[in-house]
Amino acid sequence: MNTKHYDELKNIIKIYLPEDVSVDDIKPTSHLTQELNINSANLVDIVLDVEDHFDITIEDDEIEKMETVKSAIEIIEAKVL
Amino acid sequence: MKNRVVITGMGVCAPNGIGLAQFSDAIFSGKSGVTFHQQLADLNFGCQIAGQPDVTPELLKKYFTPLQLRDLQSSGIEYGMIAGVDAWKDAGLNIMDKDAVDYDSGIIFGVSLLGAEKFRSAIYQTDEGKVRRLGSTTVIQTMASGISAYLGGYIGCGNQVTTNSSACTTGLESVLMGYERVRNGDAVRMLVGSCNDSGPYIWGGFDAMRVLTKKYNENPTAGSRPMQEDANGFVPGSGAGALVLESLDSALSRGARIYAEVLGGAVNSGGQRMGGTMTAPNSEAVQHCIRTAVRNSHIDSQDIDTINGHLTSTGMCPTEIKNWSEALELRGKDFPYINSLKSMTGHCLAAAGSIETVATILELKNNKVFGNINTGNLHPDIKGIIDDSCVPSHTVNKTICIAAKASFGFGDVNCCMIFKKLTA
Repeated sequence: MNTKHYDELKNIIKIYLPEDVSVDDIKPTSHLTQELNINSANLVDIVLDVEDHFDITIEDDEIEKMETVKSAIEIIEAKVL
Repeated sequence: MKNRVVITGMGVCAPNGIGLAQFSDAIFSGKSGVTFHQQLADLNFGCQIAGQPDVTPELLKKYFTPLQLRDLQSSGIEYGMIAGVDAWKDAGLNIMDKDAVDYDSGIIFGVSLLGAEKFRSAIYQTDEGKVRRLGSTTVIQTMASGISAYLGGYIGCGNQVTTNSSACTTGLESVLMGYERVRNGDAVRMLVGSCNDSGPYIWGGFDAMRVLTKKYNENPTAGSRPMQEDANGFVPGSGAGALVLESLDSALSRGARIYAEVLGGAVNSGGQRMGGTMTAPNSEAVQHCIRTAVRNSHIDSQDIDTINGHLTSTGMCPTEIKNWSEALELRGKDFPYINSLKSMTGHCLAAAGSIETVATILELKNNKVFGNINTGNLHPDIKGIIDDSCVPSHTVNKTICIAAKASFGFGDVNCCMIFKKLTA
């Protein structure tokens, strides 16, 4: 996992964290909705931000696999590398 | 046994003042919130002046999370949250913890339409085939009940949380609906009010109907002239007003400050018959509404100390005065004081009734009748019905026990409410 990509994704995700979750709580294994408590409606916004930032397109079936930070990175890296 | 209902909190986001202190100063000193809007001029509007609250990005940070602000394009939600949250806090009520819901508290917060700017963006993206780029907040920013949903989530309300809509009657109707719910014991307290977006997509339709004034683009604060002979159309406005209605028992038991009692009210429609149309009122129905409100409040019409009218600064003002006079059976010097906040704010549309109710309650609280601005030219048809002195052009000190407020709207709908200083 490329640390640059990881840091960039963390930067995107942190905007969507609820007030009681800190950016330091984000770990590669963190589950986006169950552990970081991100509102599931905001997952579509994260996908849009990721698409803009990395200049890629993420398909609907890939969104369903973006459960953790790590799985999101894998989907991103398969497209940017 | 019906509950007595009192007002224990208020908030306001008006063109001439945000927050009770600023708004109170504005209405009693005759400060106008109507300004020239370059955007309207650039878009070839006939009327290029409007009333719009001066909301800063810093102020919004007090009411929204950074995430909510990120793509917020709904001025109505901004105004409504400022007024609604302020009213709740003004009443000394708590924001519920994350794991608790207040099933005794509800919200009826009205709109005409919401999130016009957001909807415009969404339409452009959709037409470009980019529907998947709309993001997660297009629906919640443009659904009519978006404002009650934002407020409900902020506070943690668990009683009825909904939105009413009846054009320019909306704001006052929300007061009546919340009052009925508390009176009937279905809720202990209700946050009521209304908001209206600002901007060309809201005001354009009125400009096209030629009901807005076009003669004051060079002199904006003089544009809204309710009851004056030279009134030639209303000035469009926007904003929000909010009130906390609560059972008297609850207010007393928690030692809340009580602004006034809601004595009663009435709502009806003229059926778009007998002179009533989609856009003009059936006078018989207006009078029926006022009389019913007085009767429901168990007062005599001569008990009314002051009236806050609808009085929009179109050619309909003399008809409204005639309707008040005939419904109350009061003429000349026997008629109470009457004023129109719209002289200072323009017509805030769906938000008018709630902002103007806040102004009315401030009159009761301060024993002052705010003066109309842009006076000196009272319409001759009005002079033939009531005495000139009934239309103050400066704020008058007067003990006010009972105040009446009415709003009328497109669709030929009417609402009238009666408020009273609380006595034992």
